[in-house]
Amino acid sequence: MSALNSLSMTAIPPEDEALRAPVRAFLSVALAKVPAHVRAKSWSGYDTEFSRELGRRGWLGITLPKEYGGGGRSAFARYVLVEEFLNFGAPVGSHWIADRQSGPLILKYGTEAQKRYYLPPICRGESFFCIGMSEPNAGSDLASVRTRAVRTDEGWTLNGQKIWTTNAHHCQFMIALVRTSGDAQDRQKGLSQVIVDLSLPGVTVRPIADSSGDAHFCEVFFDNVKLGDDALIGEEGNGWAQVTAELAFERSGPERLFSSIVLFDEWLAFVRTEAGRTPASVRLAGKVLSQLAPLRAMSLAVTQKVAAGESPVVEAALVKDLGTGVEQLIPAAIADDLYARDGATIPLELLRTLDYVTQVAPSYSLRGGTRDILRGMIARGLGLR
Amino acid sequence: MNDTTDQFTDALRDLLNDQCTLRHVRDIEAGQSARSLWDALESSGFADALLPEAQGGAGLALADAFPLFELCGSFAVPVPLAETMVARALLADAGVKPPSGSIALARLLPQDDRNAVCERVACGRTADWVLAAQADGCVLLPTGSATKSDAVFVLDATLVWTAAAREEALSLPVAFNMRLLQACLAAAQLSGALMAVFESTLQYANDRNQFGRPIGKFQAIQHQLAVISEHVFAARMAAQIGCRADGWQPELLRVAVAKARTGEAALEVASLSHSIHGAIGFTEEFDLQLFTRRLHAWRQVGGSESYWHDVLGNALLDTRGSLALDLIRTTTDIA
Repeated sequence: MSALNSLSMTAIPPEDEALRAPVRAFLSVALAKVPAHVRAKSWSGYDTEFSRELGRRGWLGITLPKEYGGGGRSAFARYVLVEEFLNFGAPVGSHWIADRQSGPLILKYGTEAQKRYYLPPICRGESFFCIGMSEPNAGSDLASVRTRAVRTDEGWTLNGQKIWTTNAHHCQFMIALVRTSGDAQDRQKGLSQVIVDLSLPGVTVRPIADSSGDAHFCEVFFDNVKLGDDALIGEEGNGWAQVTAELAFERSGPERLFSSIVLFDEWLAFVRTEAGRTPASVRLAGKVLSQLAPLRAMSLAVTQKVAAGESPVVEAALVKDLGTGVEQLIPAAIADDLYARDGATIPLELLRTLDYVTQVAPSYSLRGGTRDILRGMIARGLGLR
Repeated sequence: MNDTTDQFTDALRDLLNDQCTLRHVRDIEAGQSARSLWDALESSGFADALLPEAQGGAGLALADAFPLFELCGSFAVPVPLAETMVARALLADAGVKPPSGSIALARLLPQDDRNAVCERVACGRTADWVLAAQADGCVLLPTGSATKSDAVFVLDATLVWTAAAREEALSLPVAFNMRLLQACLAAAQLSGALMAVFESTLQYANDRNQFGRPIGKFQAIQHQLAVISEHVFAARMAAQIGCRADGWQPELLRVAVAKARTGEAALEVASLSHSIHGAIGFTEEFDLQLFTRRLHAWRQVGGSESYWHDVLGNALLDTRGSLALDLIRTTTDIA
């Protein structure tokens, strides 16, 4: 409860807010010709050249220290950038995971050598990461992972399988949660994180087609993969704590409110026309806004806590559960609005965008922890477990 | 929030813990006088919190006073304390020394016969004054000279003044959006009442045993409590947004967000909390109803969700060539 009381409206520092104008000017030009149904892929959109351009402009790894190629800026600088990327529907999927969590994780837990090796190419938009958490028998029950790294004289030997790994087929590296001691009955004990070079012998990556026709996630097999001594990131046996901290970053950012915002703006453009504006659509526009605005303020407040070194796990879970609910309301309510109209000509591009978002919307409340997992975490935070 | 605000909040909480228990709330709802409660509040100075220091107030901005408004909700305060704070600031701004006594906020019905009628005034039964908006200004009417009749919520009343009484009342040539003020304060009080319902429902889930264990150990109940906490958390942020202003006057679009979101939460939380309590929560004897009746009443005060959705929707659609994000930023950015 004290957690609920302590969230207050939070200001974005002026020097960070100042990033908005240049990034928006760039995006307005760079994405001018990209149709809405493509921009609607949001942070699943994939364009390596676009990521490199952001790197050249200094907009990747902006929170990482300058000595590792980063921008040395605050979490709010990244907040402003990401908010603009998502609202324009920029294809940020290539670098997304590296920029959001792998880079900060390496900075926090890595050795000096690991930081010098991994961070500069992340900041240049050349090095892409994926997260190896889920396995066929360890989805929501993440602590039951079976993929195992065994100590050898030279380092580690890795065997097992990951699944639902977003973009693994486009990434050079995976940070995997694996068992380094004990077995599945030991649950959270004996887990560690290792960085796996996905080009190593014994690694097989197979994309999985999803119901929208994309193939953004993969299954990844490890067959006696030889990892160096320096593959371990952080402390051996501390994997669970590291992953939990990482998930707080993952759960409260603008990407938990704005996944379907490109559709909302495309619909607004139609509703702003004489033929498009109806009393029902005015009311719906206001309803969505009334839900998004407090969520943005909450997301900023959680960002403040993360920036202050706290790990606001429960607050982040609240933001994600509510935020993905609004993200899913948007396509459902817009479909109802558009198909309640009789005789109005609705732009095909709007309908295609709606169709795409409708198909991918179930994933919003799956990725990063399902609704029921999040509600369980909140219940634990309330002292019920 | 700063130290001064914290001190005020702690002091008001202490006073309400002493003077405004749920027993007092029940007595006043049953028709007992609210005089001694108001006198305690008056002498403590809280009603002057928004007045400039030069006029004997604390000089708080609306945003600073949010925790005080919220306490009015979490204690189900049966007198218009939050409303009086704002009404006094408004009067002082208009160059009028505020009278002692509590002030309810209302709108005057347009009338032919020059009677003054205010329908369904929130706390109309317990207030000493009504500050009523009319087309070209406002008028400060004493409730003592009004004929009172029942409204919907027990503390509310419809008040009618004769033409003569209206002539005697103080008129101010200051027009203001009364619905905006009502909505802003209802949202803040909803935030407090929502928190109170959440805390008591959580407590009940821990205390009540069925099937050999506290019902809060069942996943279905845990998830309902998680959903309640999400609404309470979002509504509280929305209510803070509504009170975000430098002076005492709230801003239209911020209040629109506040009232729409707190109203939505009121409905959801009232429903879920009653579901978790079962039949006992539906009794007169159990305190839950003191708060859930207010959730529904305050949801109505100053306009329901759809009223404010329309305000926001029109603002959004009248803005061309920008992103929805830009209006979201307008309502949530602070300096």
